[in-house]
Amino acid sequence: MKKIQLHPCGNFNESYSRELTIFSTDFGRIWAVVGVLILLLVPLLPISPYIIYVMNITGIAAISVIGLNLLTGFTGQISLGHGAFFGVGAYAGAILATRLHLPIFITIPAAGLITAGVGMIFGVPSGRLKGLYLTIATLAGQFIIEYVLIHWEFMTKGTMGITLPMPSFAGFTVMGDVPFYYIIFPLLILMTWIAVNLVRTRFGRAWIAIRDNDRAAEGMGIPIFPYKVFAFAVSSFYAGFAGALWAYYMGSITTEPFNLSLSVEYLAMVIIGGMGSISGSIFGAVFITVLNEVLRFMTDSLMNSAIVTHLGLSLAPLREFFYGVAIVLFILFEPRGLAEVWRIVRSNFRLWPFPY
Amino acid sequence: MGFFLQLLIGGLSVGFVYGLSAMGFVMIFKSSSVLNFAHGELLALGGYFFLIFITVLKLPVIFAFIFTLIACFITGILIERIFLRSLIGEKLIFVIMLTVGLAAMFKGLILLIWSGGLYTYPNFLPESMGIYWGVVSIPPVYVATFGIGIFFLILFGLFFKFSSQGIYMRSVADNQRAALSLGVNVRQVFALSWAIAALVAGMSGVILGIINGVNVHDLSALGLKVFPVIILGGLDSIGGAIVGGLIIGLLETFTGGYISPSLRDVVPYIILVFILLIKPYGLFGLKEIERV
Repeated sequence: MKKIQLHPCGNFNESYSRELTIFSTDFGRIWAVVGVLILLLVPLLPISPYIIYVMNITGIAAISVIGLNLLTGFTGQISLGHGAFFGVGAYAGAILATRLHLPIFITIPAAGLITAGVGMIFGVPSGRLKGLYLTIATLAGQFIIEYVLIHWEFMTKGTMGITLPMPSFAGFTVMGDVPFYYIIFPLLILMTWIAVNLVRTRFGRAWIAIRDNDRAAEGMGIPIFPYKVFAFAVSSFYAGFAGALWAYYMGSITTEPFNLSLSVEYLAMVIIGGMGSISGSIFGAVFITVLNEVLRFMTDSLMNSAIVTHLGLSLAPLREFFYGVAIVLFILFEPRGLAEVWRIVRSNFRLWPFPY
Repeated sequence: MGFFLQLLIGGLSVGFVYGLSAMGFVMIFKSSSVLNFAHGELLALGGYFFLIFITVLKLPVIFAFIFTLIACFITGILIERIFLRSLIGEKLIFVIMLTVGLAAMFKGLILLIWSGGLYTYPNFLPESMGIYWGVVSIPPVYVATFGIGIFFLILFGLFFKFSSQGIYMRSVADNQRAALSLGVNVRQVFALSWAIAALVAGMSGVILGIINGVNVHDLSALGLKVFPVIILGGLDSIGGAIVGGLIIGLLETFTGGYISPSLRDVVPYIILVFILLIKPYGLFGLKEIERV
């Protein structure tokens, strides 16, 4: 029987393959499996459907944020158009499902591919632009896509929105929060697995090289333009994939949610979670979604209390205020995000009785 | 022809306001290369400060305007001192996201105090200031805008050219390290540039408030329209901001008048993409040369 590996007291990587492993110990691998099993068993517990709903939207956001992190955290290209790409995916999925009556397991990847195509178009300016200029170009992309979604009425029905049919899978009609949970979470695990492994390949290493120093990367023979466009394509694929999933889950879509504040929210998730960390993307998605829900709950309950209604205050903007405060505090005090906090906690446990 | 002239005048007036609000933005970028996403909220703050001074405290217009400028100046210094100073030398994305966070914070704060309603100032500009010439009519607000805009453009031109602080600011923009080693107080320069930017933004906020009324949603959306303007004019050129503003304003009004009103709001961004592809450093921007 194989000897179970535990962490040595320090980092001793004796080969490259050892440094590249995802789970450096069997302990971590076991806990990852246990965690996945717990996640799959959660809906069987007697909890309210609201919790399941929050978990579902968190899962969808996490898929999208992983995509943005591949672009922003690994390749270093700041995008302010991710929310619009999410919208493109949602509309692509909805149109494929209503016009061509394709089944869900074709529409979702197809929506991802269509969005990847759109993303590549907006990735082309990255050939000449970088840094601030590229950020502004993606901002323009956000507004242009939003305009097209609203005004291309022949395809998108404009502000009327599209209602999707119930997806059916292997003869069953998928309906309600729990069945969707069993679609969203396996897909999240699949997409996470793909991203984690993609980062370890030649593509991932090229992206990291471009992020760290694009001039040096070019000098070392990495063709930066194709890799940047590829990063845009992969990132948009994730956004489109998540968008189509969201469209199915919500049942009907309008153009409203896919605005600039959604793009900003995704960027906030990337930063709060931790740039350049796949697990960080998931932390960020959980943090912001839960923060949003908690703030909504708090303002709702405060609004109903007698004192506040007496004063005639409107507390809805509190949400926006605290949301801004959270972003500012994270940037000022922990710019590497929750992934770094998690790493510190873990290494404290690892060294626990002996602090060295 | 009358319609054309009316659009022309309208476009120039709107464009001048864009240019004026872009000026503050360029000021920050020029000295500290920070892309300020909270610019729309700074505009809104100016508008609301003026609202307090003129409706709650009932000050005369001139004093209200001066106090607004002072309040904006202090706000700018505080923003730099509390939030941005600790980020000097950090990665670009953190600074950008910080201003995005600040934008959300300020917007929430303003909404909390005033809620999303539309407020208007009492009418204080004399009707005789307006210019009426045949079919062309320029309301008094726009005449005042032209006046104030040109005054500040000349003021800042002279400030950058001749005053010692202006020269320090230019030196920091050119090369931060060299300026430091020559004894320029870079922190003070950053604080001053934020203060001046907030002041200019506040002033544009007041002007916009006179034209359309004060509403935080409109003003923060206008803060984003600054991007096409500055990209067209060049990110680091103050004169370019005015020229860019005029061009974008004209394009917007003519598209709205002749093609379709719904295309109006998206046309600046379409232009933006083309400029970025053809001439990324804008009309008057400094070209950075970089070889691999």
